[in-house]
Amino acid sequence: MREQDPVVRSKNFEEVACGYHPDDALRESERCLMCPDQPCVSGCPVGINIPGFIKKIGEKDLRGAYDILTETSLLPAICGRVCPQESQCEGVCTVGESLEAVAIGRLERFVGDTAIKEGWANIPYIEPNRFKVGIVGSGPAGMACAADMAKAGCDVTVFEAFHQPGGVLKYGIPDFRLPNTVIDAEINNLRLLGVKFECNTLVGRLFSIEQMISEMGYDAVFVGVGAGYPTMLGIPGDSLNGVLSANELLTRCNLMRAKEFPNFDTPQPIGRRVAVVGAGNTAMDAMRVSVRLGAEKVYCIYRRSRKEAPARVEEVHHAEQEGVEFHWLTNPVAVLDDGKGSVRGMRCVRMELGEPDESGRRRPVPVAGSEFDFEADLIVYAIGTNANPIMGQTSKLRLNKWGYIDADDSLATSIAGVFAGGDIVTGAATVIEAMGAGRKAAASMKAYLGIRDASLPYQTGGDTLFGIDLRERNFARVRVA
Amino acid sequence: MDHCRVFLRHEPCPRISTDVLTVQPASPDLKVSKMSNFEIVTREDFSDVTYLLEVRHPLMAKAAKPGQFVIVMLNEHGERIPLTIADFDREKGTITLVIQAVGKTTRQMQQECLVGTSLYAIVGPMGIPSPISHAKKVVCVGGGLGVAPIYPQARGFKESGAYVIGVVGFRNKDLVFWEDKFRACCDEFIICTDDGSAGIKGLVTAGILQAIEKHPDIEEVVAIGPPIMMKGCADATRPYKIKTMVSLNPVMVDGTGMCGGCRVKIGDQVKFACVDGPDFDGHLVDFDDLMMRLRRYTKEERMALDHWEKEKGCRLQKAVESSIDSAILK
Repeated sequence: MREQDPVVRSKNFEEVACGYHPDDALRESERCLMCPDQPCVSGCPVGINIPGFIKKIGEKDLRGAYDILTETSLLPAICGRVCPQESQCEGVCTVGESLEAVAIGRLERFVGDTAIKEGWANIPYIEPNRFKVGIVGSGPAGMACAADMAKAGCDVTVFEAFHQPGGVLKYGIPDFRLPNTVIDAEINNLRLLGVKFECNTLVGRLFSIEQMISEMGYDAVFVGVGAGYPTMLGIPGDSLNGVLSANELLTRCNLMRAKEFPNFDTPQPIGRRVAVVGAGNTAMDAMRVSVRLGAEKVYCIYRRSRKEAPARVEEVHHAEQEGVEFHWLTNPVAVLDDGKGSVRGMRCVRMELGEPDESGRRRPVPVAGSEFDFEADLIVYAIGTNANPIMGQTSKLRLNKWGYIDADDSLATSIAGVFAGGDIVTGAATVIEAMGAGRKAAASMKAYLGIRDASLPYQTGGDTLFGIDLRERNFARVRVA
Repeated sequence: MDHCRVFLRHEPCPRISTDVLTVQPASPDLKVSKMSNFEIVTREDFSDVTYLLEVRHPLMAKAAKPGQFVIVMLNEHGERIPLTIADFDREKGTITLVIQAVGKTTRQMQQECLVGTSLYAIVGPMGIPSPISHAKKVVCVGGGLGVAPIYPQARGFKESGAYVIGVVGFRNKDLVFWEDKFRACCDEFIICTDDGSAGIKGLVTAGILQAIEKHPDIEEVVAIGPPIMMKGCADATRPYKIKTMVSLNPVMVDGTGMCGGCRVKIGDQVKFACVDGPDFDGHLVDFDDLMMRLRRYTKEERMALDHWEKEKGCRLQKAVESSIDSAILK
């Protein structure tokens, strides 16, 4: 797929990956072997019929491809961009065993973008039922759950504390990875399903989860508020001006459009030399935003080695292309003060990898006497988040010892009718995992409300359904009249 | 997959019920329905810089408790600014904000927030409500901007049966407001002015010391105002070991604990004022750190203000030009 030249793109917020030309998509689709065991489908958290939609692309039937995608994936233009395909569908692709895997994500994005461009929307026939469902948080988990519940016929309202819906997709992921226009298009599709969005609503404080059930008439509630309570390092100099969380940097830049200050009122802290601590996807976003905001030098400070970095390989590669300087095996010791309350630089220590820790990764240990200082005027912490405390403060939802909401395998919480999923249950994860959780919670919610969930095949164990081998594709055409 | 309730529809389905499909027409601008009309129903100007806005928001009026705050956006280009809830009226369904025009946004609001207009966004009530303790004798201190938000606390303490001493500070007599409201809920009321034109001459700390001398059994002091004033209050009560609660108002973006911009040092811990506060034990707060962090965007604030004034000038000029044009054309 064509990408913007690193030198050009590091000066703008346009999308890095330009998307497929129809001919490219056609060519790529032909690489799919249509293998019978379809490892990609089981590799996908939401089980998209991947060979099915690729086949349609090959037949130049993009509308058909879109129809197959929207049977399972709600937001193809988003997922095609932000899913870590290399560890999901593409990671298990049969072609990938000997050659480069089929670019499933790019094909998905191509179909999703075409649908937005053409104004396609698949509005299913929905038979309304009497149930009212409330969704707390309009991020990926909430959006996925809302779509499924709306399709099941429920009256769905999504509550969002910010002034615009989209959650982390809006405030967290920068435009050059996921343009806001794409998010708005997908949100509009949810509105077409009948989903209502209520922004400026801080659930917990404006009304509680319990009130939603007992006073406001909601039959079921899904809580997908995300983790979002950024961790600070806890080293000297943490509170200096010029030290901020990646969440703050990204929210200012993406949602509040501080990059357009002073036409927008929110100011953006701009650094000449920016050090970002951490090497996850959020860290990569923070670095690449800093490059675009005009920083001369952007450093990545990470205590483990490149191999352990949690970010997608592609993201690290993009950041590198754009001129980010990576300092692996380096741990911050202190933020240095300029004497006027602002950041002057950072003191770090070199690390080496020791014995594996509980996560299976080799534990980094400091090398004695290897401290060094460098100059920086903006320090961004992208070292993860803790559980947001608002739900715990305002409801009787049982929390686990880390403050995340305690949910069982079906994502039911300690309050009847209240389900939870996404980062507020698992801790920080990916967009697609949150969407998967939203859909799983929707399935449980339907079971709780007594709505028969027909989108999930009725599986009695083994590979048969009503005695018919599931691999018999003919079965898919059987329709219950 | 679709052998049931959900049919993908290419052709209009014969069983379609139109009312379902017309529930939510596509709205390209993604405006929200209910939570988007925040009408200003009352406005009162206390001085050339301080003004009161009463905003219609029945749900928030029902939920609000003393000590909580809201985040306001004036328009869609606006920044998110935290403002303490000064009062709420559950019957009228309104909340009251008292605002001091100090920066770009608050000055622009002073000009544009007239009765009948609407705010682009207001979200809240945020933060943990102030715990109205069972203290039998309390001093409620408000200085400058803090005079308004201390009022619901004084009223709260009065309602829970405490002996309430109100201490408020202003620069001079002309800036005094809500004296009657305070007198109605305070057993004693002390006004302090910088020039002595009303009440006693001096800072609110003078009022606190006066109250402490008269009442050695004061159990709690609650202070809201500029950081330097709250610092003074905490220092004044420290020798007497009187519990002193302060309400912090650092720079915030989201107000939901997500950005960490509002972090403050409380003893040896770092807390987020938006979700862990905004009330903290004044004897533990690192006020110097807070004041340093409040100065983070001074330069940008100046830029925004200049930009706005310039734009306003341009608009004014354009308006003049167009009116001249139309006058000529007529």
